[in-house]
Amino acid sequence: MIALLLRDLKLAFRAGGGFGLGLAFFLIVTVLVPFSVGPQSSLLATIAPGVLWLGALLACLLSLDRLLALDWEDGSLDLLATAPLPLESVVTIKALAHWITTGLPLVLAAPVLGVLLNLPGPGFGWLVVSLLIGTPALSVIGTFGAALTVGLKRGGLLLSLLVLPLYVPTLIFGAEVARRGATGMEVQTPLLMLAGITAATVALLPFASAAVLRINLR
Amino acid sequence: MSIAAKANALWEYANPRKFLATSERVLPFFWISSALFLVVGLVWGFFFTPDDYKQGSTVKIIYLHVPSALMAINCWLMMLVTSLVWLVRRHHVSALAARAAAPIGIVMTLIALATGAIWGQPMWGTWWAWDPRLTSFLILFLFYLGYIALWEAIEDPDTAADLTSVLCIVGSVFAILSRYAVNFWNQGLHQGASVMRAGAITGTDTTEKVSNVFFYPLLTCIIGFVLLFIALVLYRTGTEIRARRIKALLARERVNG
Amino acid sequence: MMPDLGKYAETVLSSYAASIVLLVALVVFSILRGRKVRAEMEKIEQRMSRNG
Repeated sequence: MIALLLRDLKLAFRAGGGFGLGLAFFLIVTVLVPFSVGPQSSLLATIAPGVLWLGALLACLLSLDRLLALDWEDGSLDLLATAPLPLESVVTIKALAHWITTGLPLVLAAPVLGVLLNLPGPGFGWLVVSLLIGTPALSVIGTFGAALTVGLKRGGLLLSLLVLPLYVPTLIFGAEVARRGATGMEVQTPLLMLAGITAATVALLPFASAAVLRINLR
Repeated sequence: MSIAAKANALWEYANPRKFLATSERVLPFFWISSALFLVVGLVWGFFFTPDDYKQGSTVKIIYLHVPSALMAINCWLMMLVTSLVWLVRRHHVSALAARAAAPIGIVMTLIALATGAIWGQPMWGTWWAWDPRLTSFLILFLFYLGYIALWEAIEDPDTAADLTSVLCIVGSVFAILSRYAVNFWNQGLHQGASVMRAGAITGTDTTEKVSNVFFYPLLTCIIGFVLLFIALVLYRTGTEIRARRIKALLARERVNG
Repeated sequence: MMPDLGKYAETVLSSYAASIVLLVALVVFSILRGRKVRAEMEKIEQRMSRNG
């Protein structure tokens, strides 16, 4: 299992592996926001938590179609399916690798970008916490979407169409935590809901992803 | 007939030929009765019910809005059940029925959204409010879109049926989650705003509030929508079965030729 | 015959029109596709039975 994780990480960090692409996208989206809504710092401060969450979500989405497609093309997915490791663990590892290469950098970059958007002081901590709790769910749900569309030639657009509605609950609770944190309201309820969604998706969705992958590998 | 025998008899309709023969026989009944109920209900509602003292004549929109909203949700439920049946018992008719139902569901969602927006304009002063109910329906619309797009994208029919079935089940869980999330989210925005209480008009809970004058034509319309839904599902499932057969015949021809 | 819809006439009529157009379109498209598919199937079946 650890060998698989290390292999995936190594592939991602190598040139052309796509590491950093999500991060660059996140940066660009954040920089473009003031151009589109105007530079008033009070307005930016109001929308900053939501914009940062949406940017992180889209950056996550961007790298999803590479998640399984490369292994599908070179046939290593077939090997993994016949390996003694259950497919459920394989997809969990894949999701974990995606989170480490995409989700975690986004979490770390978010406060820096928060400065650009004039995020209020108390918001920084809650933004990082909410992203830290929420992004694993994004990776796991994204893996499910990637498994659904893995056999398709131009699956990228379809993947977004399938995954984005599934992101709704995570986005709502995650952005709510960040927003409430920034305005100094209590964050416990949305935080617990967000954690609950992440825990449930991490625990249950790999079974669906593995089932879907088996169907596609048939 | 014992229950087990009855259950067995039900599974017989999973045979495509039997399904086609039976649906052919009962379809005229469903077409005619749905048209009858819809015409009676809508005419009754449109011409022979009084205006509401608060909403004026816009209350007449209820005869389209509530039934289509009900059917939009029930259609997804039906797809969920047929998807489960396909995954468990591998009856092709079941998977094809789910495929046939999805476009009906999306049109029902569209009707509910459109009538809601048109109704909202004079009542709330806006075409669209991010009211929990409206938002949930918009999300349901997106789920339908994704489901249909996945069916269209996959070549192999059995793979497509399997994948869409799993998507339908996972989507159902997330749709319910979104419903609660959206409820929570909007409360977070407007704590007890008056628009939100007006938002209750859009939902089915109106049926409890409306008096009998409105209720009986509404019930007629709901029955009409249900019958129309059944007729459309039966008819479209038949179409899907034939389309599937064409595919199989052409494949056989290629092998032989 | 036409009931007095008051100031909301446009609202009511446009929502009825939109809904009925959508419903009719759904039924018409279903039937058109159904007819086409059925005709195609019969054609292919005939061809198959002729060729054995």
